[in-house]
Amino acid sequence: MARNVSTQRKLVITVVAWTIGILIFFPILWTFLTSFKTEAEAIASPPSLLFFEWTTENYFEVQSRSNYFRHFMNSVVVSFGSTLIGLVIAIPSAWAMAFSPTKRTKDVLMWMLSTKMMPSVGVLVPMYLLFRNTGLLDTRTGLVIVLTLINLPIIIWMLYTYFKEIPGEILEAARMDGASLAKEIIYVLTPMAIPGIASTLLLNIILAWNEAFWTLNLSAAKAAPLTAFIASYSSPEGLFYAKLSAASTMAIAPILILGWFSQKQLVRGLTFGAVK
Amino acid sequence: MGNITLRNVSKVFGAHAVIPSIDLNINDGEFVVFVGPSGCGKSTLLRLIAGLEDVSDGEIVIDGKNATELPPAQRGLSMVFQSYALYPHMSVRSNIAFPLKMANEDKAAIDRKVSDAARVLNLTDYLDRKPRQLSGGQRQRVAIGRAIVRQPKAFLFDEPLSNLDAALRVNMRLEISQLHQDLKTTMVYVTHDQVEAMTMADKIVVLNRGRIEQVGSPLDLYHKPDNLFVAGFIGSPRMNFVSGAPAAAYQAHTMGIRPEHLLLSKESGTWSGTVGVAEHLGSDTFLHVNVDNIGTVTARVSGDFAVTHGDRVFLTPDAQRVHRFDDKGLAVR
Repeated sequence: MARNVSTQRKLVITVVAWTIGILIFFPILWTFLTSFKTEAEAIASPPSLLFFEWTTENYFEVQSRSNYFRHFMNSVVVSFGSTLIGLVIAIPSAWAMAFSPTKRTKDVLMWMLSTKMMPSVGVLVPMYLLFRNTGLLDTRTGLVIVLTLINLPIIIWMLYTYFKEIPGEILEAARMDGASLAKEIIYVLTPMAIPGIASTLLLNIILAWNEAFWTLNLSAAKAAPLTAFIASYSSPEGLFYAKLSAASTMAIAPILILGWFSQKQLVRGLTFGAVK
Repeated sequence: MGNITLRNVSKVFGAHAVIPSIDLNINDGEFVVFVGPSGCGKSTLLRLIAGLEDVSDGEIVIDGKNATELPPAQRGLSMVFQSYALYPHMSVRSNIAFPLKMANEDKAAIDRKVSDAARVLNLTDYLDRKPRQLSGGQRQRVAIGRAIVRQPKAFLFDEPLSNLDAALRVNMRLEISQLHQDLKTTMVYVTHDQVEAMTMADKIVVLNRGRIEQVGSPLDLYHKPDNLFVAGFIGSPRMNFVSGAPAAAYQAHTMGIRPEHLLLSKESGTWSGTVGVAEHLGSDTFLHVNVDNIGTVTARVSGDFAVTHGDRVFLTPDAQRVHRFDDKGLAVR
């Protein structure tokens, strides 16, 4: 009897989980399917899910109208660049806070996180003026700087949590064993922290890749990454659902592929500290 | 050589003096155990010797050389940690070889020393495994292996057995004692377990609130405790303390009598009482007797002594073995 109940429960849970999964995935699927429709079919009512005339013309047109690869390269430079610079700043900061904390370390961490609580639009005007006056507007350098700054608190927090999990006694053991600070970092610290650094790296590349507020407001043509590329298809001159979908699919595809292959690292990064 | 001298060593954290001031001499080849309750400063003292904490005042001399300002690596000491502190990403072989690699020894010498250490510690079959694939006892042996390959002036052990189960702890206790006899190297061992202290030490240092209460051989401390703290801390079950009239009979403020030095009888004796709890260990029985006008007194009797809860019994302290303490808690001899 007990087994029957549990099978029923399992069935219900499975159905519910699949329903939620499909609901979450549906917009992406819909975008993907729409990208292969003609503009007329894209706005047809009732819409057809699979039985329409498949076409790849949208992809060619999108590429010919606005150079996808230029935006793609901007996205790569901006997301990888900001994450790498962020890591270079965050690793020593997180080490210091994890291994030689002071009375104020917790306050500093909270303060860093609190900067994420302010709505970005609140500082849009001063940021815009700063960028304009320093000539950083619509430059990759400018976007790298702003994305580094907005993601730095998250990078430091993730690394700090990760480093906190490394027992201090292991570092002391290395010191007793005759390791200098440099050797301690090379032979003991880094190998133990690599999984944490890797998941932080991946998550922040994804966050920077998807960041739309600052990239849209601080770039125009030259430095515009894929977010701006998508936005350009929802223009006031008329809606191009099929082309917009094609552009979106092309924009999310690289990061989806990266995410797919690094799933294990990502999940570990996101749940780190939750379970031992 | 492994002679360690502490002169007026103190350690202050903020406004709190963990160790007010300590003088201590550890002779070459000695097995010294720091014992005391949690928070008494014994681990801090060991970390000061290791160089993992800076002393606030005083000096640490190792083999006649002032080592107070030396970093841990240059003091020539090895340490075994409570949590083993093995490098999780390295094999057993690399873990043991690590200190030699840091000392830039050549590969052949490293290989030879690692296999020697592994043979001594029965780790030869596990050299290619990672620490996570080992049991607690094996991990502890790897930690010891890592400590011995350097041939240090002294070994420092920070509660190395407290993560092991009871049976394994007894085994490892023997192994460490055996190792000390084989290597004849100075060992400084921290524990809160007085049984470990009694069974392993040449010299016990009893610590309480950062101060040394008494230094001496295990039997010295057992037979001639300097004060109430040492008397109560050394020996299991702990010494019974009685104040008032019974103590006055021995010209003392407080009298102390160990459970094994109480004579038990069902017919007659100095104190009478009722058996509360009887703990039968087989060879011995620990009786917790509610003595009239005194309170609970623990007595240790032979396992053959037939007695159960509620029995009326008589206890007589062995006058030769009574410890006398004055009103400040110091021994009167």
